[in-house]
Amino acid sequence: MSDNKNGHIFSITGNLISVDFYENVRQNEIGYVLTKDKRLKAEVIRINGNRAEMQVFEETGGLKAGDDVEFTSELLSVILGPGILGQVYDGLQNPLPEMAEKYGFFLQTGIYLKPLDENRKWKFTPIAKPGDTVYPGSYLGNVVENIFDHKIMVPFGFRGSFKVSEINPEGVYSINEPVAVLETPKGTQETVTMSFRWPVKVPVELYRQRLLPADPMVTGIRAIDTFFPVSLGGTYCIPGPFGAGKTVLQHVTSRHAQVDIVIIAACGERAGEVVELLREFPQLTDPRTGRSLMERTVIICNTSSMPVASREASVYTGITIAEYYRQMGLHVLVLADSTSRWAQAMREISGRLEEIPGEEAFPAYLESRIASFYERAGFVELHDGNSASVTIGGTVSPAGGNFEEPVTQGTLKVVGAFHGLSRARSDARRYPAIDPFESWSKYNGVIEKQLVEQMHSVLFRGDEINQMMRVIGEEGTTIEDFLVHLKAELIDAVYLQQNSFDEIDGFTPASRQIHVFNLLREIVNTPMKIDSKQQARGFFNKLRQKMLDWNYSKWESEEFDKDESDIRTLINEVSADAEVS
Amino acid sequence: MQKFHNRILSVAGNVITVSAEDVGYGELALVNIEGGSSLAEVIRINGSKIDLQVFSGGRGISTNDHVRFLGHPMRVSFSDNLLGRIFNGSGEPMDKGPRLTENLIELGRPTVNPVKRIIPDRMIHTGIPMIDLFNSLVVSQKLPIFSISGEPYNPLLARIALQAKVDLIILGGMGLKHDDYLFFKDELEKGGALSRSIFFIHTASDPVVEALLVPDLCLAVGEKFALNGKDVLVLLTDMTNFSDALREIAVTMEQVPSNRGYPGDLYSQLASRYEKAVDFENAGSVTILAVTTMPGNDVTHPVPDNTGYITEGQFYLHGGRIDPFGSLSRLKQNVNKKTRDDHRAIMDSMVRLFAAYRETQEKRAMGFRMSEWDEKLLKYGELFETHMMDLSVNLPLEQALDRGWMILSICFDPQEVGIKTELIEKYWNREIKKAKDEGLEFNVTFPEKGSGGVYMSSFALERDEMDSDIPEQVNRNGRNTANEK
Ligand SMILES: Nc1ncnc2c1ncn2[C@@H]1O[C@H](COP(=O)(O)OP(=O)(O)OP(=O)(O)O)[C@@H](O)[C@H]1O
Ligand SMILES: [Mg+2]
Repeated sequence: MSDNKNGHIFSITGNLISVDFYENVRQNEIGYVLTKDKRLKAEVIRINGNRAEMQVFEETGGLKAGDDVEFTSELLSVILGPGILGQVYDGLQNPLPEMAEKYGFFLQTGIYLKPLDENRKWKFTPIAKPGDTVYPGSYLGNVVENIFDHKIMVPFGFRGSFKVSEINPEGVYSINEPVAVLETPKGTQETVTMSFRWPVKVPVELYRQRLLPADPMVTGIRAIDTFFPVSLGGTYCIPGPFGAGKTVLQHVTSRHAQVDIVIIAACGERAGEVVELLREFPQLTDPRTGRSLMERTVIICNTSSMPVASREASVYTGITIAEYYRQMGLHVLVLADSTSRWAQAMREISGRLEEIPGEEAFPAYLESRIASFYERAGFVELHDGNSASVTIGGTVSPAGGNFEEPVTQGTLKVVGAFHGLSRARSDARRYPAIDPFESWSKYNGVIEKQLVEQMHSVLFRGDEINQMMRVIGEEGTTIEDFLVHLKAELIDAVYLQQNSFDEIDGFTPASRQIHVFNLLREIVNTPMKIDSKQQARGFFNKLRQKMLDWNYSKWESEEFDKDESDIRTLINEVSADAEVS
Repeated sequence: MQKFHNRILSVAGNVITVSAEDVGYGELALVNIEGGSSLAEVIRINGSKIDLQVFSGGRGISTNDHVRFLGHPMRVSFSDNLLGRIFNGSGEPMDKGPRLTENLIELGRPTVNPVKRIIPDRMIHTGIPMIDLFNSLVVSQKLPIFSISGEPYNPLLARIALQAKVDLIILGGMGLKHDDYLFFKDELEKGGALSRSIFFIHTASDPVVEALLVPDLCLAVGEKFALNGKDVLVLLTDMTNFSDALREIAVTMEQVPSNRGYPGDLYSQLASRYEKAVDFENAGSVTILAVTTMPGNDVTHPVPDNTGYITEGQFYLHGGRIDPFGSLSRLKQNVNKKTRDDHRAIMDSMVRLFAAYRETQEKRAMGFRMSEWDEKLLKYGELFETHMMDLSVNLPLEQALDRGWMILSICFDPQEVGIKTELIEKYWNREIKKAKDEGLEFNVTFPEKGSGGVYMSSFALERDEMDSDIPEQVNRNGRNTANEK
């Protein structure tokens, strides 16, 4: 208690404690509550006079007024270095597999394990030479982590330029061994190892410039890549009522997305969903690399029954790791499920702080927090001229499935694409339930915008006609309109809808999307000699069936070609003009 | 280290404030109130001022009542002696049995490490096609029944509990009507399951906040049994009453409400209970089936809404039926790939067609002429409702699938149902197709619900003269189906 860096608990409400302190305390500084057998991590979130309010990252059961708190002067940080890929961390970067190995079935309060294996040896190859001038983020060397060249960099927290005084020769080292010595402008020497800390709430901005996201990030999901695309370095959100398919969509994306690294932040959702990833990913091979999918994946897992404050931290942990790998010239995708739980964590704390509540009791700074999170995405040109990106996709779980709520609205203001899931579609099992009328994207997809718009307008028109038919009945509808309606239904059934659980239909490569889309466009543009609605329905049922079968046949296989020619034959039978070639 | 405190500083609703030192957050205290005593839990510490939530409510508390801190959080005895016993919401015996004090365990134990979980893949067969076929229930699933008062959700819970082959049934009643409590007792007794059941019952006449402990009691005990290798089914009815108790406390504590008075942490509160559902590797499991009544039949009400975001699906029970719309088992794909190759296709296609049927119904209600397609849908909807949805239908999965094909074959042509050709060829009912192709009339009969063999409710397609009787299960492709029993 004589140590002035200590303080004492004055009050406790849920996971919020207020602590009397005696010297200096920083906003967002980390402290530990010391009880007889535990050390509980906590973060300063408000300072008032000599009292600091702190959110505790653990259950606070058993804490007492008067308990000691030890301040560390450090901000909430992660450790960056080789060995992160394939890991499963909680929101504070505790490695959960190791936790399980040591403590069994249950998570332990107040236990913090080293995020990176400090004994593992990595083969280091120097890149920089003595005498080189380097900056924070400059590459000093290289180690091979799974399939990637993991760059060993000048720690991001260094300020200014440095001269390399020493650098290790090629050899195997563990992450805490020195690999280089740098001379600061002041002439002092700094030792560099293969790992360093970085505060999670501070964006890493060590690049030459940010560029406008332009290249599509292919997901293999037709409704996304064709209709509502996402660009590398872009941001998108998936709001939808419960059970509409947000998580399934993200899981499918995490498997197939054409990026280097995927970081999944399971934030305040079900533990069971993470287990599916955990158990399946090591078994799945990434077709692009032939290696296990897990090798390119990092899972940050702070599920709904884990402490709320570390849930809030988990999205920052995820994005910081993403920025770290982006710095190596890689394309990283961050999937956060669900950002609403993150927002709710802020709400819980804000409520305990008795801040003036905004709409639905969310804090007034909700929007700016959301904005600054998505701002950390981006397509960048690094200092070596290479490009790299962080793409962010977040799900939103609006109360009552109503998008007119603070988190959805705050998110829509800042993202570049919006995949709104609709209850009506998911109830009708029209998966993925991305609403074709509400969703939008500002990015370019795998197919020319203008062509997509044409198809989109058929969907719109078909929907209008369908609405109208509800009022005036089928008999009051012209055969022309009726055909448009059926064409729209066809686009929906065979293109927008997709069986995520089928090995072939679950992932449609860009080339196949273009191919199928073109045929679909031909069909839509074909004038048809059909006189009765019954005939029309019969024909479209047959066509739909054929095209569904086609979706299940392997791309560029004989079966695929055969199905296609069957489809063309079918169309030629009703075509009013020349053959569809 | 027992501490007495005479002076109760304030009483507000169910929350009292006393002055005390060295009290742990979440610690339990005993408040001696005239004519009895009540448990209370520390919910806020402010220097030496301690706020306690009194489980029997604040009514009648006097400023000179005694408060004694117990030095530990809420605990419950755990042993096989619990089996067959009935306790109240504070864990006190409600039957004539003795108080249990051995082997006390704390409530709200830590969370299971996600990496220690396994993918649940054991199906629970209930005999209810709307569950087994369309939304299979899986061991370790957490799933609520969304309903409104008046619906038979408690009988449904009891039926599932009895038909599911579990080692142990734990019933948590919150605001349970006394009659319903007796009903559960009777049903489990009749089913011979009482000796492997444990009840924690908070009835509608008990103080509201006392309901708060019920899920934790059930789940703490359930988890222990599961660790000892038992497959445990926890029934929680009704979680809306639990949430209302949370709201009551929040209001007393002057917390800023997020939505209709419910506290901002309602999601986390509910999740920390539901997430106790688990399948332990090399040990047992906890499955949670809950009832959530929807005030005003509104699914966007904060309680069902937050619940839906937490659980692994939900069953909508209304009109005495489990509605295929909205009802969802999110774990079904873990089990329905290994049942029969047509399971998923039948499930998807029948629901899609049922959606179309509902649309047609609307159109008909508006007085539109029904097209041939509409007529087909109407027939389909009727068959589906009576021979699938009705809760009295009790069929093993295979037979339910066969019945699905039967209904589709009667109502539609193969290309109208949107199923892969491969499966159509394997399962489409040839006899009916042939009869239809040849324009013959035919009769189809469905076995009476529950009891195999007896046929009832026949109907005919109004086509031609001849009458060909086709039993429900037909041999096709040389493949024997369930009829051989
Ligand atoms: N693309 C799909 N194909 C088939 N089924 C799907 C698809 N998407 C969702 N489903 C079904 O819907 C269920 C719920 O999906 P999911 O878990 O993704 O919902 P969610 O929107 O994340 O819900 P919540 O907000 O409650 O987490 C799945 O378990 C699955 O049964
Ligand atoms: Mg989800």
